[in-house]
Amino acid sequence: MSKKTLTFALMDAPYESANLTTAFRILDAAIRRGHDINVFAYEGASALAFVRQAPHPNPVHGKNVAEENHPTTKEQVAALLAEATRNGGKVDWVNCGMCVDERGVNEFVPGTRRGSPADFQAFTEASDNTLVIPTK
Amino acid sequence: MAKKSLNIVESAYRAIMEEQDDTILWLLAAMQGAGGAHTVVLRGNAVNYAVAGQGAPGLTVGQWTQTQVPKMDRDVVDLIENRKIPVFVIEEDLAERGIAHSELVPGVELLSCKALPALFAQYELVSHW
Repeated sequence: MSKKTLTFALMDAPYESANLTTAFRILDAAIRRGHDINVFAYEGASALAFVRQAPHPNPVHGKNVAEENHPTTKEQVAALLAEATRNGGKVDWVNCGMCVDERGVNEFVPGTRRGSPADFQAFTEASDNTLVIPTK
Repeated sequence: MAKKSLNIVESAYRAIMEEQDDTILWLLAAMQGAGGAHTVVLRGNAVNYAVAGQGAPGLTVGQWTQTQVPKMDRDVVDLIENRKIPVFVIEEDLAERGIAHSELVPGVELLSCKALPALFAQYELVSHW
């Protein structure tokens, strides 16, 4: 299979929607195949890579922090970046600058960057295909 | 004495892989522990929460693997048995989805949507989630 460049636009905020679970699964599958990936994290999705996310215990389940092992999307973003490195692909993960400013989430997982809609425009021009996973 | 609260849960499987539970069932369990008097009605797609034996494998992203996957049937049983929260399931919504009563976890109570208005009258607060 030839290497492709694929762009994804994500919009949902962490912990709000099953859309992101689907998005991370698709990204994982593409990255495992060595494709180059661009992500434009827009609106609520700009918080996916926010580095100050912290796991928490689950008192209803009676589990402490370690036992609950609560997922954070920052860990998942970092795992995608590392997986791309292992598979010979690259990930350009852009967090919408205005979106992170209005949410106060302007501290990112290393390897992701601040950007703008101009990056998304450039991504789509340079990609074999683009998938938008919008907020519904 | 706490106000009697009826909670109609319709949104289902919204972010359970990220939260490792349903945020509303979790909230009600926590509020019950704080002295609440809650009842749950599962309707729409949420009736599937009462189907026994469900569960997803953990999500894997790169080398990261989820270890504590959500199990909604377990959480429904926990509401009934441990939190003493009655859980009703709308019969018509089960039938629309082809779910047999025999597939449900023990302890859930079947309710026709025609009986909902009368149920509302028994509660001081009715919330639709």
